[in-house]
Amino acid sequence: MTRRRAAWVFVGPALAVIGVFFFLPVVAALGLSFTDFDIYALANLANLRFVGLRNYIELLQRAEFWNALGNTLYFVLVGVPLSIGASLGTALLLNARAARFKAFFRTALFAPVVTTLVAAAVVWRYLFNTRYGWLNYALGALGVPAIDWLGDPHFSMPAIIVFAVWKNFGYNMVILLAGLQAIPEELYEAARIDGASAWRRFVHVTLPMLAPMLSMVAILTVAGYFQLFAEPYVMTQGGPLQSTVSVLYLMYEEGFKWWNLGSASAVAFVLFALMFAVTGAQLSLVRRRGPR
Amino acid sequence: MACDRGGVGAARDQDGRTLTFRLTHVLRCWLAGLAAFGCIVCVAACGSPASQPTVVRFWAMGREGEVVAQLVPEFERGHPGIQVVVQDLPWSAAHEKLLTAFAGDATPDACQLGNTWVPELVALHALEPLDARVKGSTAIESGDYFSGIWDTNVIDGRLYGLPWYVDTRLLFYRRDLLAQAGFDAPPRSWDDWQRMLAAIKAHAGPDRYGVLLPLNEFEPLLVLALQQPDPLLVDDGTRGNFESAGFKRTLAFYVGMFRRGYAPPLTNAEISNVWNEFARGYFVFYITGPWNIGEFKRRLPAALQQSWMTAPLPGPDGPGASIAGGSSLVLFARSRVKDAAWQWLEYLSRPEVQARFHELTGDLPPRRTTWNQGALAADPYARAFRDQLERVKPAPNVPEWERIATEMRLVAERAVDGRLTVDQAAAELDARADRILEKRRSLLARRANP
Repeated sequence: MTRRRAAWVFVGPALAVIGVFFFLPVVAALGLSFTDFDIYALANLANLRFVGLRNYIELLQRAEFWNALGNTLYFVLVGVPLSIGASLGTALLLNARAARFKAFFRTALFAPVVTTLVAAAVVWRYLFNTRYGWLNYALGALGVPAIDWLGDPHFSMPAIIVFAVWKNFGYNMVILLAGLQAIPEELYEAARIDGASAWRRFVHVTLPMLAPMLSMVAILTVAGYFQLFAEPYVMTQGGPLQSTVSVLYLMYEEGFKWWNLGSASAVAFVLFALMFAVTGAQLSLVRRRGPR
Repeated sequence: MACDRGGVGAARDQDGRTLTFRLTHVLRCWLAGLAAFGCIVCVAACGSPASQPTVVRFWAMGREGEVVAQLVPEFERGHPGIQVVVQDLPWSAAHEKLLTAFAGDATPDACQLGNTWVPELVALHALEPLDARVKGSTAIESGDYFSGIWDTNVIDGRLYGLPWYVDTRLLFYRRDLLAQAGFDAPPRSWDDWQRMLAAIKAHAGPDRYGVLLPLNEFEPLLVLALQQPDPLLVDDGTRGNFESAGFKRTLAFYVGMFRRGYAPPLTNAEISNVWNEFARGYFVFYITGPWNIGEFKRRLPAALQQSWMTAPLPGPDGPGASIAGGSSLVLFARSRVKDAAWQWLEYLSRPEVQARFHELTGDLPPRRTTWNQGALAADPYARAFRDQLERVKPAPNVPEWERIATEMRLVAERAVDGRLTVDQAAAELDARADRILEKRRSLLARRANP
């Protein structure tokens, strides 16, 4: 009994903090999403109307929401594999025995993660510039006509993806590199004695040994990429033709620009439900394949 | 600033604790004295600990916030007993900060307010009506202000702000390039303008343009729309009126500029440096505001300084209207020192102080008297603004306007891209405006029959 009480005393402060600063706001936001809280309600609470599920229904009927959701899924479906692929590729290169100046390259490739996003975005805006950008200059040398990266709705999202992958891949690279270094050398040796080619060693030794790391990296990256906001906010302000508006960007505009906190909360909960479902599916996939 | 809080503490506290207060106060003053900035405040506070200065908290934004502090010392000399504390907010955070301050009961006594935000804060009942104060004032004469600007502060027949500086949009253009195309004067009507743009396009080829209308700004389209007689919102600002003949004519004119290749379909994000592009002759006309007079003087190469000029906006039939933008000075309803704060606002509204403010910032004053004296009367670039200010119209003054204007920009962008026709775009805009204004309609209906 006293041990139990002692346990509660120890856990209490943490629970209180979580309750006050996490649980309470979440419940309040859920409540808010059933009202039409806006600038008029801020002036006088009598102007607040309880609207039930109307915020959700209207949201699901709005073309802007589906557009934002489509953009977000595009970003996740293309960005996550590219990002993990880049991380894995660079981690393998850094782990290769032939690699020189490993410490230098590790730092250099990790550097984008720690640079300020806004400063990096300004530089990338110049790289993407249609007439003076280095990227179009390089493509022009290959005979590709100039592409309006940030102004053409077909290329704006690819541009954002390229920038986001460049900015983020270093983080996963470091995690995967640690995973690669933990794979015992004997396994490769045994495989080589059995006559396995480099590709088969990669498929049958490296990937299975790296699987726990890869699934963790995948879950974290998907969760992070669903929350796309800062890149379009700085690079394109959601344009052109709203082709880079993400769900979170829509929520920000709804809530903090137009002060419609009711419908902004609804957007937040829809995004939450979506991410919860996707992460849950990923976890169950990992669990089913895990104990083999 | 630590120093002035100490000063107030010492003055308020009349019992034994005063001494300790005074001691820490002296220490604080020593520290503050190290910084030349804090020193002035300190001397004022230390010099007369018995008299209690009335502190007026004033918020200002951006460049104005940096500069207005220079006007404070002279005001305080003329008004002993009043101390003005200026807080400078960045424009990008100002709107959120004002709403949060209102929600948190922490509004200042007075502030600078972009005049499109006035209706919003009036809807919050955050602002003090100024009609009686203006009537009793000798320094402020409403007839001396440009009427379009004055009207942006009048909501439901009551005055809530004093115009501080004005901001309107008109044409900046390259005289040399226009002359090469065969014209020696800027356009006065849309027809003139289109003729010039066609000639410029024929002269300049496919890689250069006549006019820059950035697709991520709603102002160029808005000023052209305000030139029409039809209002943008109807029914007491509760319904969109974008399907009116006037707005459709404007939208068709705007979209046509892109279709015919007179304007490049670009956003500002794609133009890294608008002054460089202007200097290179990438475009001839640019619709922008008064702050660019100073920027053009500073940033354009010396060889080009004789080659640019400003001109009033051309209208559908002869000289057209433009928007009545700018900032106002407002008094907050929750202030406890309204009389002192009002004296500060009155001081800022005096013509000679406004002239000084123009020298410091380049902002254009809202009073005709100020325009008729000194440097401003002689500035050739300002002349077009003086002319334009007689023809400025306010945007609809409902709290939802900024959002509707943003939707207007987004829908117009789709029309420029060819995804919507002019008629479809107008219908889409009315639908979006009506959805945004739904709450306003229901509130007004409830007020009409409770």
